[in-house]
Amino acid sequence: MEIVSYLVYLIASICFIFGIKKLSSPKTARQGNQLAALGMLLAIIVTLFDQRVLTFEYIILGLVLGSLIGAVFALKVQMTGMPQMVGLLNGFGGGASVLVGFAEYDRIFVTPTIMFDEPTTISIVLSLLIGSITFTGSLIAFGKLQGIVTGKVVKYPLQHPLNALLLVAVFAAGVFVVVQPYEIEIIIGIIGVSLLLGVLLVLPIGGADMPVAISLLNSYSGLAASMTGFVLNNKMLIIAGALVGASGIILTIIMCKGMNRSLMNVVMGGWASAGAEGPAADSKAHKGTAKAIDSEELAMLLDSVSSVVIVPGYGMAVGQAQHAVRDLMNVLEKKNIKVRFAIHPVAGRMPGHMNVLLAEAQVPYDKLLAMEDINDDFPNTDVVIVIGANDVVNPAARHDQSSPIYGMPILNVDYAKTVVINKRSLNVGYAGIDNELFFYPNSLMYFGDSKEAMSKLVNEIKAL
Amino acid sequence: MDIYGLLMLIYVFVLAIFVGFELITKVPPTLHTPLMSGSNAISGITVIGALLSAGAGELTISTILGIVAIVFAMINVVGGFLVTDRMLKMFKKK
Repeated sequence: MEIVSYLVYLIASICFIFGIKKLSSPKTARQGNQLAALGMLLAIIVTLFDQRVLTFEYIILGLVLGSLIGAVFALKVQMTGMPQMVGLLNGFGGGASVLVGFAEYDRIFVTPTIMFDEPTTISIVLSLLIGSITFTGSLIAFGKLQGIVTGKVVKYPLQHPLNALLLVAVFAAGVFVVVQPYEIEIIIGIIGVSLLLGVLLVLPIGGADMPVAISLLNSYSGLAASMTGFVLNNKMLIIAGALVGASGIILTIIMCKGMNRSLMNVVMGGWASAGAEGPAADSKAHKGTAKAIDSEELAMLLDSVSSVVIVPGYGMAVGQAQHAVRDLMNVLEKKNIKVRFAIHPVAGRMPGHMNVLLAEAQVPYDKLLAMEDINDDFPNTDVVIVIGANDVVNPAARHDQSSPIYGMPILNVDYAKTVVINKRSLNVGYAGIDNELFFYPNSLMYFGDSKEAMSKLVNEIKAL
Repeated sequence: MDIYGLLMLIYVFVLAIFVGFELITKVPPTLHTPLMSGSNAISGITVIGALLSAGAGELTISTILGIVAIVFAMINVVGGFLVTDRMLKMFKKK
């Protein structure tokens, strides 16, 4: 029987690998996800036949309860709430690793016939550390994205020394229990401090840095699963966890590059000085005047052009404007205007956030272009419509060395003939700096809530 | 587990990380959100450990923790795979 479960675990690992491989194209992606789910199902079933599993009532209860809760989450969540959802799921994964790590510790602790050996104890400590940080860190990230916890950069006294001290304490305690594994209080202490660390590490991270935080926590949840594999001497867990860990790390790197910031800088808490000051809307730094345009004028402007690029940002998600944006695309295309979308890597609150929202609104994915694919096309574009994006289109990133976002890759929308910016007001973006784009001669401000503004515009175009 | 057993596991871990890097660099940006939620579901593989802990016979601290872990991990697994499927259904070409 043991041989059978080993082989099935191998098959499951292969399912995970091929499942992720099929995610390389939207055509095969759904199949890939189902293949990975099949691998998981096989692994669970064969484990139920494991000779170490003696009782089933509670197991079945747990499986059914967890599946039901998961299914309700998955079917109820709105597409705009996807970052929170991923954050929350991450947290449960991390939590499960802590529970399994401690359960295994306790089992060895109370069973006189088994002894602790160093590799196992080290693995237990690591799974407790990573799992706990993932658990509370993800819950805080969820809270921030859901608006329960402030999305601003939170500073607290002695932030960095405190975190460093706690981390050193956990490692010292870890070394101690490897030598003295029967000190259960130390193990509980490690869990407690790690849980606290998760809170303290994610709390300072500001809303717009969430793509990095979520990716990093995603990576941790995979590493935590891998560590559980080390604890249980199970290679499938190690493989599956390592795949997820690698995925999270790659996404983290992509997100950091998208902001031209080091991971250290993000983890340390935001565009240090600027982000902390909050909305500087009243700072009278608005030089020059921004020209405003209303929906009627904008409809007329669009009537005479041949190419339009739409740049969505977090504001589109907040305003739930994706369907109105789709309608805009449709009316423009009816007039034989070429419409495309330009997606900045860090637009929104998680990697690929805008793509999912627009897919939900039935915008074909081949109309969505990544920054490097569209940037050279802006000089040949008649009108760019920026919806709820700010820092990612700020030309200061290109030339103003004193700007906090200097060096960040941006969408060069200012090279287009006309740039229309839909925003509620002239307020600053996340980085807390003015956007000089609003005052450019080829810029027009189209004020209003994104959804309302787009619907109004669609009606005006139809009325022409 | 002895030191050689541990080394064997480290081999598997390191090689799997490389496989992961190779696979994931090929995922296009448009699928990054489903990639996250889908890989998230895979990290619920901890459920295997939870099952082994929970099924160990009489009710002890470790079995109770195992049962709670099953619930946590299954939320992760089922929620993750289902929501990913929901998203991927929407991705259509013209």
